[in-house]
Amino acid sequence: MLLIHNRPGFVDDLTEEERTALFADVDRIMGELTRSGEFVGGQALADPSTARTVRGVDGRPAVTDGPFAESKEQFAGYVEVDCESVERAVEIAASWPDVRFGGAMEVRAVMHDGGAEM
Amino acid sequence: MTTGVEDLLRSAAPQVLGTLVRRHGQFDACEDAVQEALLAAATQWPVDGVPERPHAWLLTVAGRRLTDEWRSESARRLREVAVVAQEPEVVEPDPGDRVAADHGPDGDDTLRLLFLCCHPALTGPSQVALTLRAVGGLTTAEIAAAFLVPEATMAQRISRGKQRIRSAGARFTMPPPDERPARLAAVLQVLYLVFNEGYTASAGADLQRTDLTAEAIRLARELHRLTPDEGEPAGLLALMLLTDARRAARTGPDGALVPLGEQDRTRWDRAMIDEGVALVTDGLARWPAGPYLIQAAIAAVHDEAARAEDTDWRQIVALYRLLGRIEDNPMVTLNRAVAVAMAEGAQAGLEVLEPLRSDDRTADHHRLHAVHAHLLEMAGERDEARAAYRRAARLTTSLPERRHLESRAAALG
Repeated sequence: MLLIHNRPGFVDDLTEEERTALFADVDRIMGELTRSGEFVGGQALADPSTARTVRGVDGRPAVTDGPFAESKEQFAGYVEVDCESVERAVEIAASWPDVRFGGAMEVRAVMHDGGAEM
Repeated sequence: MTTGVEDLLRSAAPQVLGTLVRRHGQFDACEDAVQEALLAAATQWPVDGVPERPHAWLLTVAGRRLTDEWRSESARRLREVAVVAQEPEVVEPDPGDRVAADHGPDGDDTLRLLFLCCHPALTGPSQVALTLRAVGGLTTAEIAAAFLVPEATMAQRISRGKQRIRSAGARFTMPPPDERPARLAAVLQVLYLVFNEGYTASAGADLQRTDLTAEAIRLARELHRLTPDEGEPAGLLALMLLTDARRAARTGPDGALVPLGEQDRTRWDRAMIDEGVALVTDGLARWPAGPYLIQAAIAAVHDEAARAEDTDWRQIVALYRLLGRIEDNPMVTLNRAVAVAMAEGAQAGLEVLEPLRSDDRTADHHRLHAVHAHLLEMAGERDEARAAYRRAARLTTSLPERRHLESRAAALG
């Protein structure tokens, strides 16, 4: 799983050219992953200002709006790939355009139900 | 679909495909046509009954699909260049066409297909997907469900694999003798991968998943039948049988993994063990021991012990030593460490393990830490063992393994 973290609204500060290049990059990478049979799934998340956060307060769930902190990196979406090695997953993450604009990609294995007896 | 129809279709798939490819060439188009014919049969036969000559039926339907495909293809091309249309020759199977299962070129066809699908120009996942579809007769949807990826992803792996076959110029022929050992090794590896995917998944007990274990055994059995003069296919089949024989005992009622030493051996499948042991015994007498025969021999030693404490660990140590001389693989050393500990005591096992702890290939591998934990526990080092179990639990990506390792750590207080 490639977890995309970026600063909410960072796209607004880009030039039209940079924006076009960013979306073209995403389309190109998604196309490549689809053709190679590595793409499993993925979603982009709406702006964090539209989110609700549920937290336990005094042992009860309490709901707040947000997060709104625009200066911080937030979880923005994910891409799930099934590829031959961690190195390959890191290579895909490194090519993701958000990395060029100060974002970060976290590469995490997904847990599975299979297992070998010890 | 009834099991009878399903079995019939799966065994017919490579034979029909082989006949079609020999007649028309164009592996990728033929493979699509056979897949469509299989899908048509899977919906029609259970309703209308199985035709009198199922192979000929499949061949006719697949041949027609192929012709339709070429017609529309050439019609498109003809429209584009606006020249006079020429009716392509309609290809119908000869009425006398017989597709025999056990002899003649058809058995060789299955072998040729296996070599083609496991061609080195393909990536591992494409080899697996194409083998299961073209040789195993599974549908793309079944393969996708078995590997828990979307159908579109699996379809892409299959078509990418076919593209690679085409651009590599691979032919529907036997590999030349100097390439054969490497090509056979690739086929064995693909079948073993399919087996392991199914075997390790059985702990998750997800009924949606096609039984890859049974499919791998079926294909390994077929490969062994088609290569009676080779030891490794016999070894692979034996290894699968001797491993799968323990399936019923390897998970508890709650789905938790039961270690080999704690399994209820009365639940092991006796018939599978007998068949596996016979294959290993015969194999080791006839051929120099290769990696699969040796691994099968190790599984046989385990399976022949009526109780865990009857296991002939010295024999297993010797077999792992032999295996380690054939292939330099840290996982072999890891397994040998366990066997040495059982034969000579925990301290001796820990000594075998020591170099792996600074080996980059294994230092962060969950199995190294799980084995280390186990040997430390045997040696009475409870605190260190607990820490190693916890480390292993954090490194594995398997939920049942993590649960098992966490409870071992908790049991040490």
